[in-house]
Amino acid sequence: MDGSKVLTLAGLQAGSKARVVRVRGTGRVSKRLMEMGVVPGVWVRVVKSAPFGDPIEIRLRGYSLAMRRNEAEAIEVSE
Amino acid sequence: MNPGSQKTSASNTFDETGTLARELSSRPARIAIAGNPNAGKTTLFNALTGMRQKVANYPGVTVERKEGNWKFDPELPAARLIDLPGLYSLDATSLDEQLAREVLTGKVNGDGKPDLIVAVVDATNLERNLYLVTQLIEYGIPVVVALTMVDLAESRDLKIDVDKLSRMLKIPVVRVKAREKKGLAEINTAVGRILNEDSTANPFWIEGSASSSPPNEEDIHLSLSGDEAANKQIFARYRFISDVYQASVGTFDTERSNVSEKIDKVLTHKFFGLVILVAILLLVFQTIFTWAALPMDLLDQGFGALGDLVSDAMPEGILTDLIVDGVIAGIGGVLIFLPQILLLFLFISILEDTGYMARAAFLLDKLMSRVGLHGKAFLPLMSSFACAIPGIMATRTIESKRDRLATILIAPFMSCSARLPVYALMIAAFFAGQTVLGFVSVGAVLMLAMYTLGIAVAIVVAFVLKKTILKSPPPPFVMELPPYRLPNFRTVIQNMLTRAWLFIKRAGTVILAISIILWALMYFPRSEAPVSAADPETAQAEAARSQLENSFAGMLGKTIEPAIAPLGYDWKIGVAIIASFAAREVLVSTLSIIYNVGEDETEESPTLLGAIRGAEYPDGTKVWTPLVALSLMVFFVLAMQCMSTLAVVRRETNSWSWPVFMFVYMTVIAYVAALGTFQAGVALGFS
Repeated sequence: MDGSKVLTLAGLQAGSKARVVRVRGTGRVSKRLMEMGVVPGVWVRVVKSAPFGDPIEIRLRGYSLAMRRNEAEAIEVSE
Repeated sequence: MNPGSQKTSASNTFDETGTLARELSSRPARIAIAGNPNAGKTTLFNALTGMRQKVANYPGVTVERKEGNWKFDPELPAARLIDLPGLYSLDATSLDEQLAREVLTGKVNGDGKPDLIVAVVDATNLERNLYLVTQLIEYGIPVVVALTMVDLAESRDLKIDVDKLSRMLKIPVVRVKAREKKGLAEINTAVGRILNEDSTANPFWIEGSASSSPPNEEDIHLSLSGDEAANKQIFARYRFISDVYQASVGTFDTERSNVSEKIDKVLTHKFFGLVILVAILLLVFQTIFTWAALPMDLLDQGFGALGDLVSDAMPEGILTDLIVDGVIAGIGGVLIFLPQILLLFLFISILEDTGYMARAAFLLDKLMSRVGLHGKAFLPLMSSFACAIPGIMATRTIESKRDRLATILIAPFMSCSARLPVYALMIAAFFAGQTVLGFVSVGAVLMLAMYTLGIAVAIVVAFVLKKTILKSPPPPFVMELPPYRLPNFRTVIQNMLTRAWLFIKRAGTVILAISIILWALMYFPRSEAPVSAADPETAQAEAARSQLENSFAGMLGKTIEPAIAPLGYDWKIGVAIIASFAAREVLVSTLSIIYNVGEDETEESPTLLGAIRGAEYPDGTKVWTPLVALSLMVFFVLAMQCMSTLAVVRRETNSWSWPVFMFVYMTVIAYVAALGTFQAGVALGFS
C-alpha cells in the first residue's frame, strides 16, 4: 500500500459511480458479493442509504443490491 | 484427468449411448428447474405442470420441495419436474443452496442425478442470472435455458440475440412467456430432443476456472477449495459471461428507465419510507382482525354444532366424550384461527411477490442490527403475530445459523392470535367499558400494552442472546432488491395455501394428541362422589365440578398451587394454565369446563364472565380481581405455551436442547414478570 487512503464503496456519496478494483477478505461474504457480480472491473453506482444510514443500495449489472456499510468497506473502488 | 474422461464424469446416466432414451420409455425423466429468485421460476413451473403438483419437505428440514408432472413429450411418460429453491449460486452458504446441490448431485431421497436441468434466466438481469447457469453447465447434466421477461427487456431497448446466446453457451435457449403460455411448446421440443436422441451432455469448463480440466467435486463446490482458487473461478465465470453478454446483447446502458428506482424514491425514502412501512403494517393487522371476525365466529359455531351433533347421534359414554370434548373441541380450538392466519399469509405473500418485503428488510436492518438481528428477521417476526410456527419456518432465509437461532428463540414473544382469546376474556371480564382520559378504552390500551410488552422483552432477550451464547460477528447483509412487480394471483394464493396447510397439518397432529391427553387428564380417574342436589341440572354441574377436582388435572393444579399463589392464582387457574401449555387458547375452554358453564362458551359469554367474577375462596374473598387478570395476561404474553411451536423448533434446529431451552427461559421470564406484576400491584394497594 502506498499510504494514500484506499477508496471503498462505503466512502462514496449517493449518486456517484465507481469501478470495483478489489473485494477484500476471503470469507463467505466476499465470495457472496463476487457471486452477485461485484468483481473487479464492474461499474457500480451508489443509489442511497437506508433511513438510519445503513445499509446502502447500489446498482450494478442492471439490478439493485443492498449491503451493510461493513460489507461495502471491503470493496475497493476507483472513481 | 484427460479429456477423454469427460463423458463418463459428465453424468452417470449417459454411460452408454442411447441408454437414457431407452430407460426413459420405462421410467419418468427427472428434470430439475433452477433459477435466481424472482426470475419467474414459479410461474414457469406452474405453466409446465398445470395442477399436477405436490408439495413435500426435504428430508429433515421444513424447506418445501415442490414436484410436478410435466408431459413434455406425447411419446414418453410425463417427467417429474423438481422445483429447486431460488438460488444465486450453488455454493453452499444457505440451506436452500445446500439442498439444491444435494438434488443436483442426486443425494435426495436416493433419487440419483436429474436427467436434465431447466435453467430459468431473467432477460432483464442477464449477467447475474447467467452466473448460476455457468455453474449448472459444469455439473455435466444437460441444461436448457428458459429466457423469461424478454418483453420487459425489449421495452428497455435491451435486445438479446437468442441464437448467439445459445451458440456461446452451447445449450438450447428458449424464449418463454409462461403467463401467456408462450414458448412452452419450444421448451418441450428442446427437452424432448435431448432426452429422446442419443445425445450426450455437453459440459464445458470455462477457461481458467478450474485449471482447464473437467471439474471434480471440489472444483464445483467453491466452499471446499481454497479461497484464491474460488475467487479465480468466480472471475473466470464472470469474464466468460461478459464475453457472452457483449456478443449477444452488445453494449447497453443498464441505467435506463428504471421504474423500481422511481418507486423507491418514495418507498425507501429516509422518512416517508418508514411512515409507509408502519402504515402498511397497521393496515394489514387492522384488516386481519376485522375481516377474520365473521369466519372465526362461523367456525366456532360450526365446531360447536358438530360437537352437539356427534353427542346427540352417539350413545353416551367414554368414546363420545373423547370425540366431542377431546378431538372436536381440541382441533376446533386451533382451526378457529385459520381465517386470521390465511389473511396474514395472503398479505405476506402479496408483499413478498411485489418485492416490498426486501425493502422492509432494507429499511429496518439498522434498527434490528442494534439488537443483533438481521433485517431478514423482519418477515419471520411479523408472521409470528399470526402464529409463531410459520414465523419460525420463515427464518430459513437467514443465512447465519446464530442469527437464525436468535430469531427463532424470540419469535414466540410476538403476541400470536392464540393469545387474543385470553386477552379478550380478561378484558371483557374486568376492564369492559372503562376508559382513560375520558375516551380511550382501557381494553385497547391493555391490548396494545400486551403486544408492546412482548416486543420489548423480545428485543432485550435478542440483545442478551447475541451478547452471550449466540455471540457472532455482525451478520452479512447482502440482499437483492428485486424490481417491483405486480403480484401474480396464482403464486400468491399458492404461497398462502401451502403455508396454511403446514399449519393445519401441525394442528392435526400435535394439537390433536395433546388435546386427547388433556382430556384424559381431566376425565380420569372417574369421580364417584355422591351428588346431593335434587335438580338434575345442578346435580350435573356438581358432578362435573367434583370430577375435575378429583381428576389428575385437578391434582396437578393443587400440587402447583403453592408455586402460583404468589402470582395471584388458585388451583383452578392452575389447571387452566397447565392445560394451556398445549395451546394458549385452551385457557378459555378449560375455564369454561372448570366453572361449569358449558363448553361452547366463548370469551364474551356472560355466564363465563359471571362465573369468573363471582368465584370466591372459601374465606369469601374473590379469586379473580383486575390485578389477577393483569398478572395472568402478562404470564400469557411471555410464557412458552405452545406444543406445536416447540415441535417445530425441534425440527428446525434438529435438536431437543433448543426447544427445551426456549421453554425454560420463556416460562421463567413469564413467571418472574407475572410475580412482579402481582406483588407490585398488591404493594401499591391494588387488589
